[in-house]
Amino acid sequence: MIKYVIIGNSAAAIGAVEGIRQVDKKGEITIISNESHHTYSRPLISYLLLGKTDEQRMKYRPDDFYEKNNCKTLFSKTVTNIDSKKKTVTLDDNTSISYDKLLVSTGSSPFVPPMDGLDSVKNKFSFMTLDEAKALDSALTSDSKVLIVGAGLIGLKCAEGIHAKVANITVIDLAPNILSSILDTQGSAIVQKHLESKGVVFKLGDSVQKFTEKTALLKSGGTIDFDVLVLAVGVRPNTQLVKDAGGEVNRGIVINERMETSIPDIYSAGDCTEGMDISIGQNRILALLPNAYMQGECAGKNMAGEACVFDKAIPMNAIGFFGLHIITAGTYDGEVYEDLHDGYKKLFYKDDLLKGYILIENIKKAGIYTSLIREKTPLSTIDFTLICENPGLMAFGREVREEKLGGLKR
Amino acid sequence: MKRVYVNEKWCLGCHLCEYNCAFANSDETDMARALKDIKIHPNIQVEENNGIYFAVSCRHCDEPLCVKGCITGALTINDGVITIDKNKCIGCYTCILSCPFGAVAPSEEGVVQKCELCMKTHDGIPKCVQGCPNAAIVFEER
Repeated sequence: MIKYVIIGNSAAAIGAVEGIRQVDKKGEITIISNESHHTYSRPLISYLLLGKTDEQRMKYRPDDFYEKNNCKTLFSKTVTNIDSKKKTVTLDDNTSISYDKLLVSTGSSPFVPPMDGLDSVKNKFSFMTLDEAKALDSALTSDSKVLIVGAGLIGLKCAEGIHAKVANITVIDLAPNILSSILDTQGSAIVQKHLESKGVVFKLGDSVQKFTEKTALLKSGGTIDFDVLVLAVGVRPNTQLVKDAGGEVNRGIVINERMETSIPDIYSAGDCTEGMDISIGQNRILALLPNAYMQGECAGKNMAGEACVFDKAIPMNAIGFFGLHIITAGTYDGEVYEDLHDGYKKLFYKDDLLKGYILIENIKKAGIYTSLIREKTPLSTIDFTLICENPGLMAFGREVREEKLGGLKR
Repeated sequence: MKRVYVNEKWCLGCHLCEYNCAFANSDETDMARALKDIKIHPNIQVEENNGIYFAVSCRHCDEPLCVKGCITGALTINDGVITIDKNKCIGCYTCILSCPFGAVAPSEEGVVQKCELCMKTHDGIPKCVQGCPNAAIVFEER
């Protein structure tokens, strides 16, 4: 009987359990998490504060998940060491657990750059975990003046989540545009305007030079008064365990398309890794929940002995703010098709391939575009003009539709 | 498992499948009352262009990208049928980003909707298929 040990309890870990159990119903699975909670969806913490979900509904899998999948759970335990020769992991209570196959799905942690005077701020929070979200929530009142450092996905989802609970929100970022990791300049201006119309104030191209307990002195010279500070500058992959064990680590844990690290019998998946982004043909960190799940599932199958490859990873994001929906994927490289009449649409194509896209507001059937990127469909084989205007299966040939809709196997 | 399959050459583009779907997913018992004066949002949709017509609905994939990518766990596979728990869904639209068929759509409640093969109908045959006048969509094992 194979002994599987999984470090982590989020999307990649759950994917691994489901991957293992598709192949091996009997092996012993142990899940170790430094949190105390049943598996929950991290991206839902902003919806929790918004009141759009609750702690029961934000569980990523049903209450009986561990029981049904015959998993042993060790919660509120931190793995301090991996011994890849003895094939054991050591916990912070000094117990040691042996494994045959190990998955490192340790996720990422908030990155807080050194900032002058930050220690003097008492009311400061990160916004990654359920406990952090609850701690932030308990510090908020209807009089709260909130300063969020970072206008990325985490900072802005936080702003949306707490908007109705507080007096005002200011978001500051070094970058000149919001959501610079997923939007182009023009697209980010649309979303910024929308957020500003709801009362969020932005200070862009600026940074905090010095904090006191309740003020931030800006590089540009101004001052912002606040009583709650949220730090959402960025995240860093949790790679230390694998690094200490002698595994190959760049910015993230290096894995191949079978999710194997450089150490035998140790796999890795999720936000702690860097893998191949097929839209650019290079390794990079793709910290996205769907990616984490699919990597985890692939790792699980391989751990259980069924050969599996996951080689379809691309950057992709579906996100919304106050009812304005955004879907993006791939890389923004090459020639551009744009339609700015019905929402905001930009398609980027190069070398007969769709490389990336940005959709704001009209996001219908976005997955048709995603699949063109993921499957590397040669654009010369479809009606590209038609699909630019209107994503659909019409742009494919009849034979392709017979496969896709007629179940015809070739 | 039985699924809805498309016989494109038989499709007349009559859109009856769309109306039957909207009716099946309404709470009304009378079709006219269910559809009168409303813009329907069916889970099956006819694509048409230059005299070509075909209906597209969820394929209930064996390896569903919508389910694997769902950030909440609201999309699940039940005996092969991909279903949406609208109470759990928060409307992030990751499934719309993921579905290669364009078969998941925003719903009026601000979450998502998709074909669930009319699992609750008494005879188990999806209403779109029952109402198709030309066997352009069929419910069968292939």
